[in-house]
This record gives sequence, structure tokens and C-alpha cells, in this order.
Amino acid sequence: MSVRFLLRRIGFYTLIAVVLFFFAVPMLWLASAPFDARPGLGLRWPDWTLDNVGKTLEHPNTLSSLLNSLILCGIATAVTTVCAALAAYALSRVRIPGRDLLLYLLLLLSSVVTGTAAMVPIFVMMFQLGLINSQYGTALVIAGGMLPAAIFILKDFMDSVPRSYEESARVFGASPGQVLRHVVLPVARPGIATILVWAFVNAWGNFLLPFLLLRDVQAQPAAVLLRTLQDEGGSANLTVIPVFSLLYSIPVVLLYLVVSKRYGFRFHGGIKS
Amino acid sequence: MSTPVDLKPAAERSAAGRVADVAGLGIGRAVGFVLPALALIGLFLVFPALWTLYIGITDYQLTGPAAANPQVIGFDNFLAALNDGLFRNSLWLTVLFVLGSAVIGQNLLGFGLAYLLRGAVPWLRRLTESLVLLAWILPSTVVAFLWIAVLDRDGGTLNLLLANEGTAWLVQYPLISIILFNTWRGTAFSMLLYSSALAAVPPSQLETARLVGANGWQTVRDVVFPHIRGHVLTNTLLISLWTANDFTPFLLTAGGPNHASETLPVFIYRQALEGGQLGYASAISLLLLLANLLVAGLYLRLLRRRA
Repeated sequence: MSVRFLLRRIGFYTLIAVVLFFFAVPMLWLASAPFDARPGLGLRWPDWTLDNVGKTLEHPNTLSSLLNSLILCGIATAVTTVCAALAAYALSRVRIPGRDLLLYLLLLLSSVVTGTAAMVPIFVMMFQLGLINSQYGTALVIAGGMLPAAIFILKDFMDSVPRSYEESARVFGASPGQVLRHVVLPVARPGIATILVWAFVNAWGNFLLPFLLLRDVQAQPAAVLLRTLQDEGGSANLTVIPVFSLLYSIPVVLLYLVVSKRYGFRFHGGIKS
Repeated sequence: MSTPVDLKPAAERSAAGRVADVAGLGIGRAVGFVLPALALIGLFLVFPALWTLYIGITDYQLTGPAAANPQVIGFDNFLAALNDGLFRNSLWLTVLFVLGSAVIGQNLLGFGLAYLLRGAVPWLRRLTESLVLLAWILPSTVVAFLWIAVLDRDGGTLNLLLANEGTAWLVQYPLISIILFNTWRGTAFSMLLYSSALAAVPPSQLETARLVGANGWQTVRDVVFPHIRGHVLTNTLLISLWTANDFTPFLLTAGGPNHASETLPVFIYRQALEGGQLGYASAISLLLLLANLLVAGLYLRLLRRRA
């Protein structure tokens, strides 16, 4: 055990400790402030209490905004998953004329046209269609934005599912509908689950589009309400914000735990590089 | 039905290399499957992108006479942008923001973590990775507020730690604040990508490097880097693209104080919805779209060459 080795170990642990500190400090506030009797902005050991939870739930907009998030996110996720699964399957299995060009364009679109670059026309379009403050309209806009990437990821996945399953099912006389229901869907379930989670996390955290398109507080999801709570009269409402942030974060944290338990959080060749 | 006769055409098509239709879906039905997705993409991505082209050459405004009846003014918006100090400022800030938080911050920290954690004890590795991934996954509004709490002048965690009263980090150092924030938020992607890339570096080569007495930096430069060069380029392109289009700095500083952290997305938002200059904002959007197109084009070329 040489000195150099020892120094290197010390250096390694110091470095990791600094990184852990950097990443943990902002998050610890989310764990302590909701249960602090006198929550402040700084991190401190709380005077434990659950009063803030009650106060947050009594706030006129918190529960409804979480419900709005659920509606917005539910529709956007469902539309994205169903449309992407159908499209990815068809594109993976059938040689539609112009397919390669279409895939190329999808990949290009998924990164080029972002919510920020297209916010003006999207706003103007929804304004002229009278869909400002429409949750369904906003959900569809969000779904449209997620679809190219979703199709691309799922197509990659469908390509990796052996065609021989479908071939043998057909040999035994299954109709295309039966092949789809009894062979393809069960086999593709992990891919579809991945897209489901991905779409949900993306839609749940989306701020810009709801912020642009849902101006009425009754229709706003949690992402936008949290912003409003901060702005209220210049100073932040610290009895409500911490608990509300925590409630709003729980779904994605749960999903993260499920995903990392079942699939592990790794790239399995999804990103080609 | 279930006679070997059915098998033959399928087998033949497989043999031809390109399978036309194993599932027996039929072109018609396949097109039907693709259409709903294409309709949504067309309506909410392609059409807005094209419309940006048109709005960008008009004097369209949110309110007033130019709202009811916008006039085509050609390239005036683009010329105006060239002479607009605020636009040039925001372009420069975007470049700094991307360089600082994506190209340098996320890239280096992501690689460093992936490299250091290879050999670490499992619990330490899991803990670090979980924290980094959580920062990536938490909703942006929440994360922004967490950082407001850290950086606040009165009672923010950073000032408490430094026993330093009265530094308003978000006001005095807005750009550094959002660079730090975005590094914190986005490192996970680089870490994941580099972890999987490092798994492909042959252990024997690392072992050889160690035996001949190469130090850490030499090993990274001469053994690791040649294997992951493509990943570095891919990663840098992708995270730069995402960072340049990121709207979250708005949640932290709203572009202020006095435009000091107004990156292009924030600039577009403020011009369009706060200033009402829809035509002008659209012209800037178009420039952002073109920049995206350039970077995405590079990325695709890279993909193709390596495929």
C-alpha cells in the first residue's frame, strides 16, 4: 500500500464527496422544508410538524392543479404511447414507400422543432382556434412534440423483436389482429412501458407549453401553479410551496424507482453513437 | 391455412434480405397505423415550423392594428435583429450558456462521474447515480425553486454555508448561476451515455496502460478517448442542442436582471408574449430553428457514418 495509492484513494473520496454534496444540497431542502414548522429558504434541521400538509391541501388551487396535471399528462401520455406504438410497429414491419425518408425526417424533427423555437406559431395557432385554456388542446400539442422521438425509440425496439414469432403465428393461421394482440403486444411490452414512463415524465414536468396555452388558473397544471405561488406578491409562500413541490414530485420519483428496479437506468443501445 | 405452402413466400422474402411484410399487416393497414401519429406531428410540429417562416416576415403583433391585419415586411425583422443590441446580447449569452453548462460542465462532470464510478463500491455508485438521475428527472419548476432556495440572498443555503450575508447570487452572478444550475440538472444524460461507452473499452488495454505506468490522464487520453471519440461528439452535439433550446433559465431569473441572463428562448418569449412583437420573435425563432437544423444535421451525418 504505497503513499501514491493512499493519496489517490483520498483524492477519489474527496472528489466524490464534493459531487455528492453538490447534488444533494438542493434536494435535501425538498425533504426537510415541507415538515418544518417555520420553513425558510435555507437548509436546516426542521422542527417536525405536519401542519404544512394540511395548509397546502386547503389552498384553493393546489389539489385542482395536481388533478389538472394528471388530466393533461394522462391524455398526452396515452395519445403519445398509442400513436407511437401503432406507427412504430407498422414502420418496423411493413415497407411503406418512403419509409426511410420518413424516419430520417422524424429523427430530424424530434430535435429541430422544439417548444421554444415554435412557441410563437403554436401560441398563435391555438389562439386562433380558440383553444387557449383548453386542457385537451394543450395535451395534444404536448403529444405532438413527443411523438417523433417516441416513434423513433419504439421503432428501434420493435426492430429488435424477432420477426420469426409473427411468422410462426401466421403459419398457424393467426389473423393480423390476433398476431398483434397475442404476439406483438406481449413481446413489445417492455418497450411500450419505457415509452409510457418517458412520455409521462416529460409531460409531467413540461412547463413552457402549459404556461403559454393555459392562462386561466383553473386550468393550470402544477408546473404552472408552482410558478404562480412564487410570484404572489413578490415573496414566496413558504408554507405551501415545499409541500406542494414534494407532492408534485412524488409521481416522477415513484416512476423512477419502478424503472430503475425493473430495467435499471442504463442505455441499452437506445442511443446509437 | 397452416400448411408449409404459406411459409414459402415469407421465407423467400426473408431470404431476399428485406422483409416486406412478415406480420401480414398489408400496406393499407400499415399506412392507417402511421397516420394518426403523422397527423399530430404535422399539425403541431411541421405546420408551426413552416408558419414561423411566414410570421417571421410580417409585422404581426399581439395587439393593435398589426394584430388584425399583419403586413408582409420582408427581411426587415432580420435586419432589425442585426441592429438590436438585446438580440446580440442574448445570442452571446446563449453561446456562453451552452459552452459553460453543456460543452464543459455536463460533458466533463458526466465523463468524470462515469469514469470514477466504474470501480467504486456498489452502494457509493448507486447513491451517486441516483442523486444525479433525480436531478434530471424532477420537474423543472421544482428544481428551479430548489435552486432559488439555495441561491437566495436572505437565508439561502449557500449564504448560510459561507456565513455570507447579502450576496444575491441570482442578481449579481445570473449567468454563472444558470450555468451551474443547468450543469446540475443535465449531467445525468452525459453520465449515462459515457457509462455505456466506457463499458466498451477493452479492460485488457486499461490493464496494459496501468502496467506500463501510465498515469490517469495519460490513460484517458491515449487509451479511453480513442474508443469513445464518437460518443463524445454525439453527446456534445445533443446536449448543446438541448441546452440552447432550454427554457428553464426563465424559471430561475426570468432573463434578468436587466437582460443579463436572457438566453434566446427567454428572449423569444419576452419579445413575443411580453412585448407583443410576434413577427419579430418569429424571425428570431427561425434563426434558432436553423441553428438546430445545422446541429441536428451534423448529428445525423455522424450517426450514418458510424452505422
